[in-house]
Amino acid sequence: MIHDLTLMAEQAAKEAATRPALANVSRRGILGGAGALVLALSLRAPARADETQTKEQKEHKYGADGMPHGWRDDPKVFIAIAPDGTVTVTNHRSEMGQGVRTSIALTVADELEADWPKVKVVQAYGDEARFGNQDTDGSRSLRHFFQHFRHAGAAMRAMLVEAAAKQWGVPASEVTAKNHTLTHAKSGRTLGYGAVAEAAGKLPVPATVTLKDPKDFRYIGTGKIGLIDNFDITTGKAVYGADTKLDGMLYAAIARPPVYGGTVKSFDDSDAKKVAGVVKIFKIDGAPIPSEFMPLGGVAVVAKNTWAALKAREALKITWDDGPNATYDTDVFRKELEETARKPGKVVRTQGDVDAAMAKAKKKVVAEYFVPHLVQAPMEPPAAIARVKDGVCEAWASTQGPQAANDRLMKALNLPDDKVTVNVTLLGGGFGRKSKPDYVVEAALCSREVGGAPVKLAWTRDDDIHHGYYHTISAERIEAGLDEKGMPVAWLHRSCAPTIGSIFAPDPKHELPFELGMGLVNTPFSIPNMRMENPEAAAHVRIGWFRSVSNIPHAFAIQSFVSELAHEAGRDPKEYLLDLIGPPKKIDPTAIGDVWNYGEDPSRYPIDTGRLRGVIEAAAKGAGWGRQMPKGRGLGIAGHYSFVTYTAVAAEVEVDEKGQVKVQAIDIAVDCGPQVNPERIRSQMEGAVVMGMGLALTSEITFKQGRAQQNNFDGYEIIRIDAAPKVVRVHLVPTGTYDGPLGGVGEPGVPPVAPAIANAVFAATGRRVRQLPIRDQAAGA
Amino acid sequence: MIKLTVNGAARSFDGDPDMPLLWYLRDEVGLTGSKFGCGAALCGACTIHLGGTAVRSCVTPVSEAEGKEIVTIEGLSPDGNHPVQVAWRDQNVAQCGYCQGGQIMQAASLLKDTPKPTDAQIDDAMSGNICRCGTYPRIRAAIHQAAGQTAAPKGERL
Repeated sequence: MIHDLTLMAEQAAKEAATRPALANVSRRGILGGAGALVLALSLRAPARADETQTKEQKEHKYGADGMPHGWRDDPKVFIAIAPDGTVTVTNHRSEMGQGVRTSIALTVADELEADWPKVKVVQAYGDEARFGNQDTDGSRSLRHFFQHFRHAGAAMRAMLVEAAAKQWGVPASEVTAKNHTLTHAKSGRTLGYGAVAEAAGKLPVPATVTLKDPKDFRYIGTGKIGLIDNFDITTGKAVYGADTKLDGMLYAAIARPPVYGGTVKSFDDSDAKKVAGVVKIFKIDGAPIPSEFMPLGGVAVVAKNTWAALKAREALKITWDDGPNATYDTDVFRKELEETARKPGKVVRTQGDVDAAMAKAKKKVVAEYFVPHLVQAPMEPPAAIARVKDGVCEAWASTQGPQAANDRLMKALNLPDDKVTVNVTLLGGGFGRKSKPDYVVEAALCSREVGGAPVKLAWTRDDDIHHGYYHTISAERIEAGLDEKGMPVAWLHRSCAPTIGSIFAPDPKHELPFELGMGLVNTPFSIPNMRMENPEAAAHVRIGWFRSVSNIPHAFAIQSFVSELAHEAGRDPKEYLLDLIGPPKKIDPTAIGDVWNYGEDPSRYPIDTGRLRGVIEAAAKGAGWGRQMPKGRGLGIAGHYSFVTYTAVAAEVEVDEKGQVKVQAIDIAVDCGPQVNPERIRSQMEGAVVMGMGLALTSEITFKQGRAQQNNFDGYEIIRIDAAPKVVRVHLVPTGTYDGPLGGVGEPGVPPVAPAIANAVFAATGRRVRQLPIRDQAAGA
Repeated sequence: MIKLTVNGAARSFDGDPDMPLLWYLRDEVGLTGSKFGCGAALCGACTIHLGGTAVRSCVTPVSEAEGKEIVTIEGLSPDGNHPVQVAWRDQNVAQCGYCQGGQIMQAASLLKDTPKPTDAQIDDAMSGNICRCGTYPRIRAAIHQAAGQTAAPKGERL
């Protein structure tokens, strides 16, 4: 989930070639004036000036440097030490289950030589000028900030050493810091961190710092640290988006247009007003298409409790103007997408001569795949509390993008930056939905309308499913020309799917570079002639990031097709996949049409097919690949590169006589480079397996007359414990060093799950699944 | 006027008797550990104990609690050390944590009735509780630990 919004809006606008896109309301102007904040610790920005790089590459900003507001590592911003020695780390990335509060704190604590039980975490409010980029998506919190937090911790350790040395009148070089204790060995004197904290805080931040040798790490890479929020979570004390309680707080529910782009024609609230506890009912104007992150509009009810607000909303009688998407029907649209994918489209990568090679091929194979709309459905639906009073707005929100929320509040309320504050609670899951702060703005509009009382706005599950930012809907068509050994000499992949760019600018109708770079153009196969095309597809709903985004349809199609080709060639699917990848090599992503590469420097982050091979081998080995399977059981495999990380899944399924698919075991292997918190990498992979299973087996959002046809977890089915495999083995493949580049973790587990399961269904039954969800397709026609 | 007991404290409520207990607990009492996930008894995030039995508070009206004892995740144990809570922490079950209060209340109820559950019994008792983060393998492991069927994970956990 990537939203460098400025970049995205620019890309979308470029594609649309119409009016300028709405760019992120940036604090860049302010940032310029806050230079003093960025202390002289920037020398460790990885040296990139390299003679082999082009001018463009040298000038391009990558990683955290390329994100709005970049990064900060001022220890005085991020670390506070109390007189009793308590270390408080300010975490500026949103916690939604990936464990970032724990992982960032343990990184700081390790370099600081802090004693873990004395470490606490507080959550930063939205202020990127102060904290650096806070968009918690794209699997990049540690990728972008690990080194910077190491430096912050090490700098604070140096300041503590300096303060102790001054107090003792000895050279700093004679003082050591270990486990919350400063020691002068020569004189045998010791001091706790708290004793010199105040003096240390008055010292300047050192210009250079010495990082710990990774062999001395006590927390990083060890997996010994429990979740920092474990106690609060298990005792009901943890505070999420709807859990803040303010004096005089009111509760809101909003009836939104059932069709994207619709508006309120008229409404009758006479029955709704009779519900006891109702305070006010009013219309909210929505943003027109493209509505970006702004509210959809509708009719709002503010009441004295949630129940009254919900009951009154139900009693509203609203006549809607459904607008331009009134006839959106996903059954019809799917056929359109598939028709479009059968014709030539915009070429987004080409090498060799596909048409000539295809004409000469011994055999041609073509297959079409389909992935429907999905909705993130985090267990906590969008929720926020806001108070807008006397020209000041303060919000408490479950948001992945507090700066984005801050900026949209400024716009909606016409308030200056210094009058808006967004506090960040824990998130009850995010998965991309909570990168879009429309609900935070809704809460603020409600508070303003009732004269400034704080208003809690918690979406219901129906709201979440009916008014989502949906995962795109996708038709993928792949054609291969094969040689006499059954290996492809020509490969033509057409991907046809509405773009996320459509929420930022007039619908570009083509996938943007970041979507194409999610496993389409950067398919790392050794095939001499390859062409990828992206025919037009219009958007009729809000399209948004869903954990791992366009990697889902691309990986499903490509990894299923490879298995189909292996079958055509009469070969083992794993061996065939490895042959297609070819011998280990490092590919410059820009050389194969991927100008994006997850925002990372292609010289530091080439596509390393050796690492891709490594995870495929690890997953296969874990699953006992090649063993004889009993009747009705099958093994399937898939590997994928995403978020500059390599993942592979081997799935074992059982298909019963009724065609019901039961996933018995999953082996998932991941190579994300150096591992900061292996325990959380494991948990992210375990979770990605379950989420991947859901979209593989049961989850789907469909539309009729522009309206989502599912309402709740009965119609939108996700995996429950009885369907979860009894065996999930996570194989962490270690590579790299702690000074080198890190890969993403939150999302890369998802893409290979569905194709591995579909391939296993084929192995078990001989029936090929080409559309998701699988449901009862394994039963055959 | 409805009289009820919440985590050992006597309370009375004179609002809408149809109000689901979830909103009564969250909005009126201020106990926010019970979560909204679906509003239709489909996900279990709101699970509480009513008269010693696990129920979905999002569809249980306040009137049904008349004269009964309500226990929420906040009241499951005085110090947060119910064996299920301890096992949840030992196994690092939680990811986002939002559903886990409901999961723990459901698991505590299961273990009261079935002290040594099989995997099948766990699946049966827990399949009404959705975890979108996908922590199910660890939920199974934590329930087995709380039941004394397995030991806590080895190794130092700071």
